[in-house]
Amino acid sequence: MPSPLLEVRDLMKYFPVYERGILIKKKVGDVHAVDGVSFDVAKGETTGLVGESGCGKTTAGKAILDLIPKDSGQVLFEGKDVHETLEHGSNEDRKAMRRGMQMVFQNPYGSLDPRMTVFDIISEAFIIHRHVAKSEWKERVYSLLKLVGLEEYHAERYPHEFSGGQRQRISIARALATEPKFIVADEPVSSLDVSVRAQILTLLQSLQQQETISFLYISHDLSSVRQISQHVIVMYLGKIMEYADVDRIFEHPLNPYTVALLSAVPVPDPERKIKKILLAGDVPSPINPPSGCRFNPRCPYATDICKQTEPPLRQLESGHLVACHHAEKLM
Amino acid sequence: MPETVLQVDDLKTYFFTEAGVVRAVDGVSFSLAKGKPLGLVGESGSGKTVTALSVLGVVPRPGRIVSGRILFKGENLLEKTEDEMRGFRGKRIGYVSQDPNSSLDPLFTVGNQLSEVVTTHEKMSKEAAREKVVDLLRLVRIPEPETRMKAYPHELSGGMRQRIAIARALASEPDLLIADEPTTNLDVTIQAQVLELLRALERELDMSLILVTHDMGIIAEMAEEVVVLYAGRVAEVARTAELFSDPKHPYTAALLQAVPRVDRKRSLVPIGGNIPNLITPPSGCRFHPRCAYMIDRCVSEIPPLEAIGGGREVSCHRWKELDLKVST
Repeated sequence: MPSPLLEVRDLMKYFPVYERGILIKKKVGDVHAVDGVSFDVAKGETTGLVGESGCGKTTAGKAILDLIPKDSGQVLFEGKDVHETLEHGSNEDRKAMRRGMQMVFQNPYGSLDPRMTVFDIISEAFIIHRHVAKSEWKERVYSLLKLVGLEEYHAERYPHEFSGGQRQRISIARALATEPKFIVADEPVSSLDVSVRAQILTLLQSLQQQETISFLYISHDLSSVRQISQHVIVMYLGKIMEYADVDRIFEHPLNPYTVALLSAVPVPDPERKIKKILLAGDVPSPINPPSGCRFNPRCPYATDICKQTEPPLRQLESGHLVACHHAEKLM
Repeated sequence: MPETVLQVDDLKTYFFTEAGVVRAVDGVSFSLAKGKPLGLVGESGSGKTVTALSVLGVVPRPGRIVSGRILFKGENLLEKTEDEMRGFRGKRIGYVSQDPNSSLDPLFTVGNQLSEVVTTHEKMSKEAAREKVVDLLRLVRIPEPETRMKAYPHELSGGMRQRIAIARALASEPDLLIADEPTTNLDVTIQAQVLELLRALERELDMSLILVTHDMGIIAEMAEEVVVLYAGRVAEVARTAELFSDPKHPYTAALLQAVPRVDRKRSLVPIGGNIPNLITPPSGCRFHPRCAYMIDRCVSEIPPLEAIGGGREVSCHRWKELDLKVST
């Protein structure tokens, strides 16, 4: 078995919470945004990371790229420690690491500099990484624009002249400019209209297949995750609840949370009538997550053991990991 | 024949901006029968929200209703004075907006805000108002209503706030509730709760419901009749089941083929191009630049909204000859 492109080992990220007193700020706790997350991303594969707001999916994505410092754990990219390389590696190693891993952000309105033309936005990568000779910049920018479905004349325009979907294409072209092997795409379609969403999803799909780029596709939208991922991670309050390949997790979910999450998604088919599992209550605060299994206050299967002991992420079938004491009941 | 609660005829609402006239709603017609939840579906710029705001008579400046008729139980709302409208808006027609954060006042407790609404529509003592508020909170399934009354909006979760907003819209027992993307900002498990609540309330209170959304999944689950809007015009009107199984307008079919499904992986076919600018909308059929079945006539001639039998309406020159199938 080839070694994975990206290995995440026991990643943790806490955010301190302060209470503001009259004179002093007192630390009152931590938000357990990402609490011991481990997974691999294989070469040329898309792994979907899904969860509701506050489950730590975006934080995980940023911590993996070392855009925010993590508290503990390790991220290996092509076998090299990401944080170690970026902090202490040679200039070349650092640049090579950054070149290999890119990010596409959720908001295509905030993530493009309004004062740069599209040409400048994309060719900035060439200035930094010097992997393209200046005489070839124009050609390369044009071919990137073509790859993401834009036209050559778009290169001279500014971000405000584009629609949301087109901006997201520019963001993707910018990420592709460094010739990365791995891209974290954080909700790349959630701010787009339905008809435009499919354009970006099929673009990501073709990039993954033709350019063999690996994606970590972060989203709250399970339908789009099913469409473009090979493997899926379900997170809840900073923990991985379930990990499996896409068909298994959508057809035979083994964690009650995944089951409820899937049943809650409206399906565009009026003939399909399934009984919804309505979860009581809201997602609890990640500052004081429930003891034991974090899902236990909302879980229809919860028993005493769920309140006391945190279920480990265990392998139930080959390649299917579940963190639930009662997962066998769903088999 | 069920009673018609709302009938909108050839509604035109334009925005007179410095850049030009935005024809946000440009000849929209539909009707809502009692007991048949209606879905208004469309993407951004389709005019779905402006249509809803026009019914309520609260089109923001520089927008104005230019022409048309809005008949609510037979009365033309566009002929009402501002004073008379107050007897409809919020009283007989309730409204729940997309963003509960901006529709609730952060400076007042939930109980305060609700009792204000209760006493505005009906004179009653403080005690009676308090009781009514508790009843309302119970109606929208808020646990421990007595304690929640004392909470400020920021102390509540998004789902809870949306329930409060629904409670407020229901305070005057409206005949019609317009919910504009009521779950867009909510997580999917909370969305399921709020949709279930709306469905239950619609039955319990014998109230008509218009659901404005861009999500075909929500339409499939909630609506019995659907009006598909595109760029300020009606593309198609149909019963939900028929719309999904046998769409007649190329836009509807393309939209259905472009949404991913959670229950199976499917072949996604994106719709090319972008949503048109409504200051200079495309001539003829507004969907023609993105339509796979476009012919010369679509560029030159506006397709009328034709009744094609079975309660269905479609505005496409070629609906008869096209066989639109959505593959799964």
